[in-house]
Amino acid sequence: MKQHSWLLPALILSSVAGLFAACLLGSVSMPFDRVLSAFFGSGDQADRLVIWQIRLPRALAAYLVGAALGLSGAALQGLLRNPLAEPGVLGVSASASLFATFALYYGLVAISPWVLPMAAILGALAGTALIAVAAIRTQSVVTLILIGVGLSSFSGAAMSLLMNLAPNPFSLSDMVNWMLGSVANRSFQEIGLAAPFLLSGAAILLASRRGLSALTLGEEAASGIGLDLRTQRVLTVLGAGLATGGSVALAGAIGFVGIIAPHIIRPFVGHDPARSLIPSALLAGLILVLADIGVRLLPTSSELKLGVVAALIGAPAFVWIAMRRRAIND
Amino acid sequence: MTELVVTDLTVKAGEAVLVNKASLTLGTGELVVLLGPNGAGKTSLLRTTLGLEKQTSGDATLDGTACTGLSPMQRARLVAYLPQQRPLAWPNSVRDVVALGRFAYGAAPGRLQPEDASAVDWAIQLCDLSELVTRSTDTLSGGELARVHCARAFAAEAPLLIADEPVAALDPRHQFRIMDIIQSYVERGGGALVVLHDIALAARYASRLIWMKSGEIVADGPPTETLTADRLAEIYGVRAKVTGTNIEIEGTL
Repeated sequence: MKQHSWLLPALILSSVAGLFAACLLGSVSMPFDRVLSAFFGSGDQADRLVIWQIRLPRALAAYLVGAALGLSGAALQGLLRNPLAEPGVLGVSASASLFATFALYYGLVAISPWVLPMAAILGALAGTALIAVAAIRTQSVVTLILIGVGLSSFSGAAMSLLMNLAPNPFSLSDMVNWMLGSVANRSFQEIGLAAPFLLSGAAILLASRRGLSALTLGEEAASGIGLDLRTQRVLTVLGAGLATGGSVALAGAIGFVGIIAPHIIRPFVGHDPARSLIPSALLAGLILVLADIGVRLLPTSSELKLGVVAALIGAPAFVWIAMRRRAIND
Repeated sequence: MTELVVTDLTVKAGEAVLVNKASLTLGTGELVVLLGPNGAGKTSLLRTTLGLEKQTSGDATLDGTACTGLSPMQRARLVAYLPQQRPLAWPNSVRDVVALGRFAYGAAPGRLQPEDASAVDWAIQLCDLSELVTRSTDTLSGGELARVHCARAFAAEAPLLIADEPVAALDPRHQFRIMDIIQSYVERGGGALVVLHDIALAARYASRLIWMKSGEIVADGPPTETLTADRLAEIYGVRAKVTGTNIEIEGTL
């Protein structure tokens, strides 16, 4: 077994550096010393406002969303024993954003600030549960991914329908935001609303990760060595549903991050699903923060959506991974 | 001594009777081979015995406790199970796969207590894998992989082993190697129930043969008593000459 003891410290350091860079860079780039002094409460009032109200919450939102998706992706890959599993590919993100859009369309969000995250989480859990039920019935992962494609298409169609019927341009642009995925203008309050779900989902996934290693042997042998299969399925589905739902509530549907990060991490942790969870989360967070810096720096007339950029990078990577894959278990 | 006792176990899938009132025992110190044609219900019998499949009636107990009443981990510490299908999802290192055998003790690859590590090392040595520990499993041959799976099962240090066709698709030399490994496990005080299709191999290693046909156990006893030309005709529908434990199959009936 190869030991890579530098992996975690390196990821944590680059994550901190990435978050700091996100505060540094922007439409107006701020010198290093001003960012530092704004961080510690001294310095210019305007600087403090830019850092604490705009750049830091946005960067943190990107990081948390990425981390939640990376963690869910790594866990779902372990559960389904397939490197192509991911909340986006399996249609979980899409069904979460469908539920969120639904709540927006009918104005349910006016009832309480918790409605939106709850709707997204409900959608995510519904999507994950459907995939898990299908996973019990079929051994074929191709079937699962096809079901995910169907789920994504259906959610997309339903969202298009809602947009089609949108009463005014404002709610339309609101919905487009959820479909495309963005962390622009996020505040600490919004992060606070998603945080309980992100944290509880992450806690469940981390607590149940050991069973994912057992599943390396296939379900039959995994139960042979003492894994309670049903409990493992429920916990992974619940954890991934909560984390993905929380991330959709915060940023809308952002795909493919959950597939790329675990793919890069796996060789460094001896291809062990359990050990890939935390590094995948850190790397996915970092990737989204960097992508979001890119989004903010690109000189486009209207700002690009983070989800669009993530898909532009991620989808080709997905195709590449799929093509290189040898048919092991399908 | 650990003892597995199966009494009048019946398994139905819808209308079809997969196993009909099967009874058997497995104790430590014996190597029992389960024989029977494809579809005789061997795998169903094993899976139900372990509590992985629901029985319709009858029961299976481990040291007096019903298998279905044991938690998966408790059961795994008493019986190691080597299923027929042995897919490996990821290209882990050989040592990590063997380490999964310690799952029921709370261990995980990369996080082994000293006693877990020594069990893993012992299993690796028993199955002659010392040269391959750092190799990734997707670079191994079929025979090497079979040994990795055996080592994984032995690492659990369970008193009993149930192996479903552990030598399927192996060349003759590797078949003997795997059976030698299982036999040395039995000599060290383990008890093994092994499904085989090679009757000669079964006769050579088994202390007891259990013959199964159409979901029923037809005979149970030492090879010298139960291995006869008539039995081979009855179970497999083949014409054979049997002298002692030597078998010559001449064709179908």
